[in-house]
Amino acid sequence: MGEKRKENAAVISQEKLAEGIYSMWIRTEASKSAKPGQFISVYTNDGSKLLPRPISICEIDKEEGKLRIVYRVTGRNTGTEQFSRLGEGDTVPVVGPLGNGFPIKEARGKKVFLMGGGIGVPPILELAKQMDCEKKQIVAGYRDMHTFLREEFEENGEVYISTEDGSAGVKGNVLDAVRMHELEADIIYACGPTPMLRAIKAYAEEKNIVCYVSLEERMACGIGACLGCVCKTKKKDHHSNVHNSRICKDGPVFLATEVEL
Amino acid sequence: MNMKVNIAGVEWKNPVTVASGTFGSGAEFAEFMDLGRLGAVTTKGVSNVPWQGNPTPRVAEVYGGMMNAIGLQNPGIDLFCERDIPFLRQFDTKIIVNVCGKSEEDYCEVVQRLANEDVDMLEINISCPNVKEGGIAFGQDPRAAEGITRAVKKYAKQPVIMKLSPNVTDIAGMAKAVEAGGADAVSLINTLTGMKIDIHRRTFALANRTGGVSGPAVHPIAVRMVYETAQAVKIPIIGMGGIASAEDAIEMILAGASAVSVGTANFHDPAVTTKIVDGIERYLEENHIEDIRELVGAVRD
Repeated sequence: MGEKRKENAAVISQEKLAEGIYSMWIRTEASKSAKPGQFISVYTNDGSKLLPRPISICEIDKEEGKLRIVYRVTGRNTGTEQFSRLGEGDTVPVVGPLGNGFPIKEARGKKVFLMGGGIGVPPILELAKQMDCEKKQIVAGYRDMHTFLREEFEENGEVYISTEDGSAGVKGNVLDAVRMHELEADIIYACGPTPMLRAIKAYAEEKNIVCYVSLEERMACGIGACLGCVCKTKKKDHHSNVHNSRICKDGPVFLATEVEL
Repeated sequence: MNMKVNIAGVEWKNPVTVASGTFGSGAEFAEFMDLGRLGAVTTKGVSNVPWQGNPTPRVAEVYGGMMNAIGLQNPGIDLFCERDIPFLRQFDTKIIVNVCGKSEEDYCEVVQRLANEDVDMLEINISCPNVKEGGIAFGQDPRAAEGITRAVKKYAKQPVIMKLSPNVTDIAGMAKAVEAGGADAVSLINTLTGMKIDIHRRTFALANRTGGVSGPAVHPIAVRMVYETAQAVKIPIIGMGGIASAEDAIEMILAGASAVSVGTANFHDPAVTTKIVDGIERYLEENHIEDIRELVGAVRD
């Protein structure tokens, strides 16, 4: 009881990867038990902004006790803008790791799609690093030529890129890249905006393959108490006793067939 | 030094509980703190049957606070009794069950079902702004509030706390009405109805369009309403609204609250309630106050 806590994590480094996209390494106890697909709650030190920002874990370094988050600054005077100004010597309050993470063992011996779209791309990196499978196909979708993390993906699997404006890789979304390169998989792991996940879910159903999706929703507590961030479920959820699951606690990763998108 | 308070015949070890809906039934917070440090745990509202709640987005941040329109999603009284009450009983704290409903019959059914359960107090939510028939109809009209209080009191085996809405012109009149109906205590304030618009998408921030505003931004309004209520009724008051620190809690007690509930601040720090309990104790020590009860309503001109 009472073993988890909000801690002040030390900022190790901060780097701008692309316009509005930042990468921050922090030293935190959360690194000890973190798994790919989990997230941390990051808090501002600004009393007018009370709620945590849920940010996916991009890389885990257990030996050094650090985590990397790659996040988008969502606008002027936002919490994420404040995070982007932090540097070495600063601290940032965090709680984590939170959520369930990707079921990574199911990929053993299989041909895999690791799909990320937009700010859903970062959690795919640690997943790709840890994944043990027959064929690792990373499909990353971006808005434009700012294909952040691309080189790091290339060290961890076959990389296919799509961009909305066609300035890099295949013009279109991740599924356009799959079709263009005639790729095939036995299992999918995906994180990104809901329309992308909806399309991937439909693709997986059509091909009859297992698909895990990592969902996003506005959160308040981040720990499963407030019921702010629910998604609709096919079956009655064991905890809520209705057709709703908590994304922060029971997710963010769900079997695509179990949720309505 | 005494931190104990007596609310309608129930002794709490200290005056701190949590605001319904911000704490589930405590299980998630038990990973961050010892629930036995609280005077009482107030549960998320429970109804006679499971409720699905509102569509998402259900929450949004606003300056100095937040808005929610969860819509009272809850697993229903059966699963609640089977799972949540035994869980909470493991801890040395009082259990306050928040009850919600759409009609007088709904409320009475839940209250009756709880009559033989091992819980200490009931809090009747007649003030949720996010469900059309979620009790607000009872919470904005003094006669309706008195009527529903009288109805639940007929079946209640535990002391009844009526939770009041701030979305009224005369909070003292509402408090008097539930007192006349037989309420053993009142709690206030529930959230204030608000609206937030996303100017980039030009859409409502919440799927429900409106939601309840809570957090430090509403604290002065809550203090004023608790003060006005304290001038009007004899029953004890559980004060809430934007309490985020021991100082905020003491302010509420000085305004006339016998106990306080911490809500939105739980989202900012899952262990904030234990810090508030410690802070109140420290305040008593530093000011040489023997008994927390000396502070209740002790504000001066």
